[in-house]
Amino acid sequence: MQVSMTVNRRAVTADVEPRMLLVHFLREELGLTGTHIGCETSYCGACTVLVDGRTTKSCTMLAVQADGAEILTVEGLAQDGQLHPVQEGFWERHGLQCGYCTPGMIMSAVGLLQENANPTEDEIRHGIEGNLCRCTGYHNIVRAIEYAAAKMRGEEPPPPEWEHEEVIA
Amino acid sequence: MTTTVHPKTSPEVGGIGHAVRRKEDDRFIQGAGRYLDDIVLPGMLHMAIVRSPIAHGRIRSIDTSAAEQTEGVVAVITGQMLAEHNLAWMPTLSGDTQAVLATDKVRYQGQEVAAVVATDPYIARDAASLVFVDYEELPAITSPQQALEPGAPVIRDDKEGKTDNVAYIWEAGDKEATDAAFAKADVVVTLDTHYPRSHPSPLETCGALADVNPATGEATIYLTSQAPHAHRTLFALVAGLPEENIRIVSPDIGGGFGNKVPIYPGYVVATVASLLLGKPVKWVETRTENLISTGFARDYHMHGELALTSDGRILAMRASILSDQGAFYADAQPSRFRAGLFHICTGSYDFGAAHVTAKGAYTNKAPGGVAYRCSFRVTEASYLIERLVDNAAWKLGMDPAEFRMKNFIRPEQFPYRSPTGFVYDSGDYHTALREAMKLVDYEGWRRKQAEGHPEGKLYGVGIASFTEVVGAGNSKEYDIAGIKMFDSAELRIHPTGKAILKLGVRTQGQGHETTFAQIVAEELGIPYTDVKVQEGDTDNTPYGLGTYASRSTPVGGAATAVVARRIREKAKKIAAHLLEASEDDLEWEPGRFFVRGTDKGVTIQEVAFAAYTNPPEGLEAGLEDVCYYDPPNMTYPFGSYIVVVEVDPGDGTWKVVDMAAVDDCGVRINPMIVEGQIMGGLTEGFAKANMQWITFDEQGNCIGSNFLDYLVPTAWETPRFKLGATVTPSPHHPLGAKGVGESATVGSPAAYVNAVLDALRRAGHPVENIDMPVLPHRVWGAIQGVAVKP
Repeated sequence: MQVSMTVNRRAVTADVEPRMLLVHFLREELGLTGTHIGCETSYCGACTVLVDGRTTKSCTMLAVQADGAEILTVEGLAQDGQLHPVQEGFWERHGLQCGYCTPGMIMSAVGLLQENANPTEDEIRHGIEGNLCRCTGYHNIVRAIEYAAAKMRGEEPPPPEWEHEEVIA
Repeated sequence: MTTTVHPKTSPEVGGIGHAVRRKEDDRFIQGAGRYLDDIVLPGMLHMAIVRSPIAHGRIRSIDTSAAEQTEGVVAVITGQMLAEHNLAWMPTLSGDTQAVLATDKVRYQGQEVAAVVATDPYIARDAASLVFVDYEELPAITSPQQALEPGAPVIRDDKEGKTDNVAYIWEAGDKEATDAAFAKADVVVTLDTHYPRSHPSPLETCGALADVNPATGEATIYLTSQAPHAHRTLFALVAGLPEENIRIVSPDIGGGFGNKVPIYPGYVVATVASLLLGKPVKWVETRTENLISTGFARDYHMHGELALTSDGRILAMRASILSDQGAFYADAQPSRFRAGLFHICTGSYDFGAAHVTAKGAYTNKAPGGVAYRCSFRVTEASYLIERLVDNAAWKLGMDPAEFRMKNFIRPEQFPYRSPTGFVYDSGDYHTALREAMKLVDYEGWRRKQAEGHPEGKLYGVGIASFTEVVGAGNSKEYDIAGIKMFDSAELRIHPTGKAILKLGVRTQGQGHETTFAQIVAEELGIPYTDVKVQEGDTDNTPYGLGTYASRSTPVGGAATAVVARRIREKAKKIAAHLLEASEDDLEWEPGRFFVRGTDKGVTIQEVAFAAYTNPPEGLEAGLEDVCYYDPPNMTYPFGSYIVVVEVDPGDGTWKVVDMAAVDDCGVRINPMIVEGQIMGGLTEGFAKANMQWITFDEQGNCIGSNFLDYLVPTAWETPRFKLGATVTPSPHHPLGAKGVGESATVGSPAAYVNAVLDALRRAGHPVENIDMPVLPHRVWGAIQGVAVKP
């Protein structure tokens, strides 16, 4: 079947099997391997992208269902060599370790901040509970999203937390 | 003891003590990492594995014809075909054997039986479901107790003369001295507990892309590997391929946590398929395959006893373990130690005698026994002693902090020889616990607890004061499958003063590209941004044992410091030549040699340029070296964690309302990265205490084969942490560092469980134990005093 969509502001058209998942279409057909696969139950969120502005797990959507849609993946976030504030927040606040959940986590955060420009910690934690991270314990991910939210509101982000005193035994 | 205060370098140089941003992150935040499944090669085929749906059964026949006739299928591989090449079985890391593809019996649900190779991954999966296997079902053994009953069916009837299900028997310590101490005890406290089966489940599953050149036989194998060099050697030994023809490339790894230490049948079959078909073959697990067939962790049934005086001193400890090994004994353990480093179970406490016995049993479950964010069974050991100590304090009517303070090894006793033979390098356990008590406001919480919860819930405060042992070897005592546990670093300084550092370890998220560049920055004054760190490609890095058991900084980091110092020695000769001075008159400050008492000097960058353009006569050109570091001892990180929980007695649910974690991992190279490791580990500890385990039904069906049944914490459930630090440098590590990737996973589970038990006990419920995960119905049953289903 033929599908046409806009991916990262670029029009694409391709012939795909009707059963092909959107995540495979992005990865295999378009070579956009930043979107990852972590499970088959749409639980882990590694495959999160924006479809028409809504955060969507691309492993539970067929490519043909995205016909005519506007897709944004992690590769399309930075523009003109400028990182998106969420990407910057993850870097500045150590919001990632192995990096595997990171693209999906970043896209979830982008979606969250579109709906809520000034989320509380609880709202952030609820907002990303569809994305699993096995490395960080989420604490610094929350701090990264707070950093991005502040930046996007034009405010100074809170300082990092690791600057505390060590006791020399 | 000497202490070093960091940082000593400028933020631009970014040596030890600077919380610099990670160098690896710019690619990951832009989706430009290169993980195994992202790699595509021309003509690449895809493999899917046919797995056993039952836990135990004899294979009567395998019908592959329907699969073979599917359009797009290139080959179907069975165990019989592998047997013709003598590859149906492979050795495990513990010296046992494991079926690559089953030929005689299947021994656990999810075991590999056949593989389908096709032009497309969807077709490979379709065709895999068309392979028909006829099984004669056998009774499944789902616990080690059942496995050791007389007359139990023998799971490993492939082993000649095997008449029982015993996988190993092992012991450590001094039985006689321990018995004598117990005979003198006023009080004996006992505990029986099961540390349940868990799974590391890194977010990226395991996989391989094998590319065997049909003309030359050279094999490039991309592998989700925490130990690429060791895997290359094992591939050479298993497959009989010449080692120079094998190149293992471990690309970006999406988390490992021990799960990517073993060699899995899928890796071997993909390589054989590529060899037979002359094309690259990719195999990537699904999540379910990862959870049901690859390296599990824990599953230790533990019995512990402490001999005590009535005034609260520990005299001795006894421990016996029954471990559930699954169908193949595939623990990744140093070969002399069948229960890993479990005999560190005397923990942070000073007493005279201990005796440990361990027995492993084969069951009809997946093999593994990997050290999940843990150094060789140290997690189980730490859990047992920290639970026992808490029960001892409770039985004696003492405060658990006071009891610990009374029994801790004292700072002046280091180096301390433990009753089971470890030599702890350094520690100050009293300070760490005091700091944690301050950070959490221990007295304040005890007051609130005494006053009672405003809504009738129960407050509980739990402590764990762990000691870990990480950074294996020394190579005299420690090896994996015979390969000595050293590690390596090769450092080359380019003419323009930039550098490349190549290591035998392999990062999976720990931040090596930054941390190890910072070590070079510290030692040579070259900015960490100018130091590229390369790992994972066996053709381009020196030999090493890999990253697990928190060994990268203790061993690979030490190798990096030593090789940088060697280079500085050579640089000094070149500097003397450039400055026309005697080496004895030169002094070093970060990044620069200068003539003592003058402002005459040369930078390390100028020296590097001269090493290639103007070396002194009689000195070899170039500025590079390699170090194979064999540590004199392991390192012993420690810390104290205090958890405050709120238990709802109505339904048994509990949540963490406060938590303080004080870690001492010696000198912290990048404090930001260290804290990231700790928070990840505290979350893993919480996961095990609260929700995360794998169980089996009576037929051996794996419950927990996907993320809907195998619960891992989300951001919502994960507690919030307060972190603190003490710094007691390791006296034998060149940088005083100790390794930290696993401390919190090892140390924290007991703190959560102790907190819930404390809540119950202080509310008048005399509960001896609740096993992990501390599920609401278990808590409720304990409060009600009724037996509940596990």
